[in-house]
Amino acid sequence: MGRLLEVKNLRTQFKTFDGIVKAVDGVSFYLDEKEIIGIVGESGCGKSVTQLSIMQLINRPGKIVGGEVWFEGKDLLKYKQHGPEMRSIRGGKIAMIFQEPMTSLNPVLTLGYQLAESLILHLKMSKEEARKRAIELLGMVGIPSPEDRIDDYPHQFSGGMRQRVMIAMALACNPKILIADEPTTSLDVTTQAQLLELMVDMVHKFNSSLILVTHNLGVVARYAQRIYIMYAGRIVEEGTCKEIFKRPRHPYTKGLLRSVPRLDVEGERLIPIEGLPPRLTDLPDQCAFLPRCPYKTEKCSTSPMPELRSVPGEGHKIRCYVDIPEVDYATV
Amino acid sequence: MADTIANIDQIVQSQSRATVSEWQRFVRTLTQRKVVVFALIIIALTVITAIFAPWLSPYDPNEKNFADSLQQPNRKHWLGTDLLGKDTLSRIIWGARTSLIVGIATCLASAILGSTLGMLAGYMGGVVNTIIMRFMDALMGFPMIVLALLLAGVLGNGMQNVIIALTVANLPGYTRLMCGMTLAVKENDYILAQKAIGSSNLRTLFLHILPNSFQPMIIMISTALGGIILAEAGLSFLGIGLSHEEVTWGGLVASGYSYLSTHPMLAFAPGLCVMLVVFSFNILGDGLRDALDPRLRGVL
Repeated sequence: MGRLLEVKNLRTQFKTFDGIVKAVDGVSFYLDEKEIIGIVGESGCGKSVTQLSIMQLINRPGKIVGGEVWFEGKDLLKYKQHGPEMRSIRGGKIAMIFQEPMTSLNPVLTLGYQLAESLILHLKMSKEEARKRAIELLGMVGIPSPEDRIDDYPHQFSGGMRQRVMIAMALACNPKILIADEPTTSLDVTTQAQLLELMVDMVHKFNSSLILVTHNLGVVARYAQRIYIMYAGRIVEEGTCKEIFKRPRHPYTKGLLRSVPRLDVEGERLIPIEGLPPRLTDLPDQCAFLPRCPYKTEKCSTSPMPELRSVPGEGHKIRCYVDIPEVDYATV
Repeated sequence: MADTIANIDQIVQSQSRATVSEWQRFVRTLTQRKVVVFALIIIALTVITAIFAPWLSPYDPNEKNFADSLQQPNRKHWLGTDLLGKDTLSRIIWGARTSLIVGIATCLASAILGSTLGMLAGYMGGVVNTIIMRFMDALMGFPMIVLALLLAGVLGNGMQNVIIALTVANLPGYTRLMCGMTLAVKENDYILAQKAIGSSNLRTLFLHILPNSFQPMIIMISTALGGIILAEAGLSFLGIGLSHEEVTWGGLVASGYSYLSTHPMLAFAPGLCVMLVVFSFNILGDGLRDALDPRLRGVL
């Protein structure tokens, strides 16, 4: 498995009237070929902005102020935002699925047209070829009688069906990487499961890699090989899926896992994480999780933001000073 | 048994696909109000008159015939003649041509130019937006007719100059409308999704933003057409519009109004034409809005 994508020290900021919002503040992660990684965090922690930064889709007042995104031996951030190199990567090499299927399709164009568009743009197919391929793709994502539905407009499709179309669109040009930004958040639970299954299936079929951005721990637990936990624009814990779920070491991750309902423990009360995430305009110099941390020590409030450091376990790193006694969550 | 199943299949299929087409619905809603139908007929008649003016008019509109000077309507001259013996009916028929050409040309020119500028302003934002929109604000400071007067005065007479003057005077409305629509549409997820599949700015702008913001433009164009015909008539009435060779309705009213007490037809007939056509275009705009507004779907 070769290294496919490596993000190094990515920093994206938004200039607002309240000050500079450090939405992404030094995020580094990598993705191997045919790998599925999960990026987890609560709303506003910078998950989506990280992904949009990789694609250079950040608009004013946002700005990528630093970092590198290495893909196929090139630093994508060196390319101009609207330049031809970046355009051929978007959709061609790296594709994206957004969280709102209801609004992610252009309401005045037929689905066939929108599906064919990227085929014509990137693979230089003729109109007929593109149409044929579009019908094929619609069939692959499980739309019944695709040759009839291809000339339909988005409003004639349900939310789940539209997200299926979005998956077909994203994978149309056989991209190396698929970024799914909370792909199932706005769908109901049964549709969610079907769609995730379909997406992972398709990713395997196309030999692509998948970055699954979500706040749903259940989703990543099932599909992701490695997990990154984000908090206030930074990665606070990373490791293999097994490590993170069995031996979470960062207090935030522990808090997250405690607040997930479990089927195997009866009558258990969920323990929420007290407090609110910090305002991204005035992040403290210390650990961003400090005010909410139940494990904080003297050292935490006097020392600067901790760096990511390795802890026992395969590739397991945490951004924390405290060594919390290991708790095996599988047995609690 | 197999037959029945096949039949049922057929029925189910035909039912699931048998929806009223958008076009049919559009036509039905548009023609539902009698006044819109009336407006459509008036517009159609005007267009036909304008196109076939050489064949329809009984006389040359500029043919002077001093023997028939200032005739009341009679069999030879249905709407009478003016001081120089020119046939009023023929002049009105030829006037329809000028009015429509000026109206449609101005409308198209200002709509195309205005919406392009508006889209650019809305899409690019920042400095581009400021420059374009502040310039439009400055233009808007003048009433349309005053601005057109000014420009026509500077540029001189002639149909081309009238069209230019009216186009500039009409620009701000289109630009503002399109700028606003673009601002609203470009924030939609599908525009971001479009960019994420690698579509260029130009492609996004013309293939995705334009069709999504074009609907109010159609209505604006049809309502503005009436206003432009009126403005052109006003310019001609004031004598700054077209040259004397070109017959216009406004010019006819201007030259006829001094005979209002003795020969009312001279001013009244072209005036009525202006009124009817302007009214029809406004009603059509209204009807188009009703037929195209998705929120009224099902109600109408």
